[in-house]
Amino acid sequence: MEEVVIQADKLTKKFGDFTATDAITFQVRKGEIFGFLGANGAGKTTAMRMLCGLSVPTSGEAKVAGFDIYKETESIKKNIGYMSQKFSLYEDLTVVENIRFFGGIYGLNNEQIKNKTEELIERLGLTSVRKELVVDLPLGWKQKLSFSIAIIHQPKIVFLDEPTGGVDPLTRRQFWELIYEAAHNGITVFVTTHYMDEAEYCDRLSIMVDGKIKALDTPKNLKMQFEAESMDEVFYKLARQATRAE
Amino acid sequence: MKAVIAENISKQYDGKPAVEKVSFEVNEGEIFGLIGPDGAGKTSIFRILTTLLLPDGGSAQVHHWDVVKDWRAIRNAVGYMPGKFSLYQDLTVEENLHFFATVFNTTIQENYHLIEDIYVQLEPFKNRRAGKLSGGMKQKLALCCALIHKPKVLFLDEPTTGVDPVSRREFWEMLKKLKQQNISIVVSTPYMDEASMCDRIALIQSGSILSIDTPQDLVKNYGNQLFRVKANDRYRLLEVLKSVPSTKSYAFGEYAHVSVEKDHQMDASEIAQHLQQNGLTEVEVGEAEVTIEDCFINLLH
Repeated sequence: MEEVVIQADKLTKKFGDFTATDAITFQVRKGEIFGFLGANGAGKTTAMRMLCGLSVPTSGEAKVAGFDIYKETESIKKNIGYMSQKFSLYEDLTVVENIRFFGGIYGLNNEQIKNKTEELIERLGLTSVRKELVVDLPLGWKQKLSFSIAIIHQPKIVFLDEPTGGVDPLTRRQFWELIYEAAHNGITVFVTTHYMDEAEYCDRLSIMVDGKIKALDTPKNLKMQFEAESMDEVFYKLARQATRAE
Repeated sequence: MKAVIAENISKQYDGKPAVEKVSFEVNEGEIFGLIGPDGAGKTSIFRILTTLLLPDGGSAQVHHWDVVKDWRAIRNAVGYMPGKFSLYQDLTVEENLHFFATVFNTTIQENYHLIEDIYVQLEPFKNRRAGKLSGGMKQKLALCCALIHKPKVLFLDEPTTGVDPVSRREFWEMLKKLKQQNISIVVSTPYMDEASMCDRIALIQSGSILSIDTPQDLVKNYGNQLFRVKANDRYRLLEVLKSVPSTKSYAFGEYAHVSVEKDHQMDASEIAQHLQQNGLTEVEVGEAEVTIEDCFINLLH
């Protein structure tokens, strides 16, 4: 039996009369790339915020990296990494300063930070820009650096919220190679995306509609189940059933 | 008459080139796509064509008017939807639309037929402030405001970025209907799958155009052999594929694509053998159907 790193059971969040996330139940296994899909407003962000320990559920249970999302949110935060397109790096710090800053935040000691810095810079090919401000880097480089920093403390799980918007197809794939590598090394990847080809890269996918998980399986099985040629078709068949506006 | 003619337009910011000698033409009544990633120069080109930015070099005409000399005429005749939401957040839906109609000396009633399909979806929210709308609704309102003066050419800068696949599809349906009203459309997008919805596309990267063609011909002229490959372990598969000589490989949906360099020939069985020798199982190799994304990747290599 493979280790379960995320266990959600009827997880629910209400804002007044509005049920943003409606009793979702699912498991994610160690080292899995788990795609978390849904139209804008389906409730993905709310669910993700609860799993990261940033928002208290209205009802339901969940454990992330073995910790309870009501009582052990601080332990959760130490054992996960998080990256989103909106917030990731400090643009007015240099590449090296960002690595050192986040390494410190995640509790690495000076020697670990030094080693990690050299390792990351070499692996990502950032030697020539190590002392440049992050604001001046091409978007694709920023995304790769941001991801590498999100896993600098070897978390059990990394949450990626639409990580790859706006880059060219080649850069997007280089980014996914980093994701595969992390998963290969045992880090569980929980990712949201609007690119349906990226959905195909996931081991398993859930698709949310109106706050509920309407489908959950491997991309291959989902395509069979919905008699669809592509994940785009699957998504379209499910998401157009949505009744609530964003 | 051409809807747009751009000849060698260039633009620099602080000595850094953003647009480098870009030339293209847009025919009347067509949907022309500028396809490329962030930083490719798409927005600068839009701003030059809508007279909001002066080019450093080259010339351009929109509907036979010069973008430098005839800016007044152009501004009256084009609709522009910038990438960033730029309507008045503290005016309601209806007030925004009324405002834009008035600025262009027209009324909502006069051109209502153009926006009717879109506006009916907004009507339930017509008294809501624009700033309080959802992303998809803002996008629809912005399109209505760009259309209300019946422009000859419509410029849409990344109208679907960050929008989910269902809303994106609906948006493209709307564009097809506008095309039938003989409005020429120039649209940019970072989504390769949207390129096939355009009549012609320019692939753009780092300020230069890599290729201009119809989506069909672009795919037809791909030229290289292209295989799709699958195996038990995707991470190892991509690693092992890197060592197949004279090829470039990359993840593609549930498969990996292997593009064989020009002037080389390869057999599916050669690839399969190589993978099996490296310990991969459940190996599946077949010919792949070329997509625009493959063309773009090929041009980037």
